[in-house]
Amino acid sequence: MKVSYYPGCSLEHSARDYQESISAVVALLNLALEEIPDWNCCGATAAHSIDEHLALTLAARNLIQAETLGQDVVVPCALCFNRLKVAEHTLVQRPAALPEMAYQGAIKIWDLLDYLTQPPLLDQIQAKIVRPLRGLRTVCYYGCVVARPPKITQRPDYENPTNMDTLVKRLGGNPYPWSYKTDCCGAGFTISRPDIIDTLVQKLYDRALEAEAECIVVSCQMCQANLDIPQERISQKTGKSYYLPILYFTELIGLALGHPEVTTWLSRHFVNPLPLLQRRGLL
Amino acid sequence: MAAAGRYGLEPQFTLSEEILRDRQICVTDCYQCAKCSAGCPLTFAMDRLPHEIIRLAGLGQTDLVLGSSTIWVCSACETCTTRCPNDIDIAGVMDYLKERAVRSGRPVPQPQVLAFHRAFLENIRLAGGRLHEPLLLGLYMLKSGQGLRRLQTGEIKADLRLGLKMFQKGRLGLKPPRRLLQLEALVKLWHQPKS
Ligand code: SF4
Ligand code: SF4
Repeated sequence: MKVSYYPGCSLEHSARDYQESISAVVALLNLALEEIPDWNCCGATAAHSIDEHLALTLAARNLIQAETLGQDVVVPCALCFNRLKVAEHTLVQRPAALPEMAYQGAIKIWDLLDYLTQPPLLDQIQAKIVRPLRGLRTVCYYGCVVARPPKITQRPDYENPTNMDTLVKRLGGNPYPWSYKTDCCGAGFTISRPDIIDTLVQKLYDRALEAEAECIVVSCQMCQANLDIPQERISQKTGKSYYLPILYFTELIGLALGHPEVTTWLSRHFVNPLPLLQRRGLL
Repeated sequence: MAAAGRYGLEPQFTLSEEILRDRQICVTDCYQCAKCSAGCPLTFAMDRLPHEIIRLAGLGQTDLVLGSSTIWVCSACETCTTRCPNDIDIAGVMDYLKERAVRSGRPVPQPQVLAFHRAFLENIRLAGGRLHEPLLLGLYMLKSGQGLRRLQTGEIKADLRLGLKMFQKGRLGLKPPRRLLQLEALVKLWHQPKS
């Protein structure tokens, strides 16, 4: 089956692990991702913060490009997803705001996690498991804007999404309940206010540990970077030695389905997941 | 001129009317339940709470809201907007006020945050439509003055170590992204005046 794909800028480089695991997993599921032609940056936080018109223009152009392929589009980044949904909302509800841009609105914009956890695909994934996750203790972290605001994302379960938990359970892992599924990781402050990241992320670590998780599963490369890269810095700053590998849900699917390249993806992380996975007999 | 109220604020309504006109958000619907502030994860870094910003905007206190750090340290997590019982898009107000502060040319209390946003947008333009991560860092270091400061304090060493590690892990692409084929068309749209 074919579906359009908007990868977003960071999956080409800093989130290569995410992209590699996505490509591998969709191939295992006989899905073909067709990159939308000549896509551009969605503008991210920068554009919507200081230039709303530019933000809408950048995101809307991607939708118009996607529409030329005439099929639904899947987006792996929470923020890109949100920005495309905002543009869709504007183009459909208030077309006068973007008079230069004609969009029919006939295609659906999917968050990658939502797409891959549709019941038939979930069944397909489960049927292909060769190495169940043996009760790996996780908390699922969905991040902010893939669910919010519901008026834009059209999600009914925005305060307590559950599809990643369902996936982890079906893979043989143990998703623990916690109240921080959709809390903020600091998103775009990675560079300009790393102190804000540290405060928010340390809270997430502490709550994950309190829930007795041994790793955190994510579906967004910004969440991954903000939880993974500064872990050493936060440990040093607070005198605690945090060890919480931050795994993409697609990496967990690859692991359970026995993909041979899992260790390559994982080697790109800052917090090395191998000791945990070896200890649990998963590698 | 009406006497200033008990708190020394003299309400005026052009700001709220402009927010309504430009963003279709009605800040005067707010009844100060403070649910937005209660759920906001960034209050620790703010100088005014989100419900205060909404109230001050409703009272037309342009200088107070445009000069506040709050609008810049809001992470746009959309918790407030999602939960407001009066359907006020608080995060949208934060964006509106940032854009307005920039357009007014006044000094911004969080210059690093603004420098990052500017570097990001400049980057997309220079790189031809997509983000080039190493260029973004370079532009930010230059624009924010952080490069020079970190060079002086020696913090640059930690930055370089991080960069090297990213590179070793295959996560730092020095190669620029593909330039858009239809860049001209995009840039034209980019510069369309606001309707
Ligand atoms: S949640 Fe809404 S009504 Fe309540 S204080 Fe905030 S903006 Fe006002
Ligand atoms: S969008 Fe901004 S103001 Fe609203 S809850 Fe998030 S950080 Fe706080």
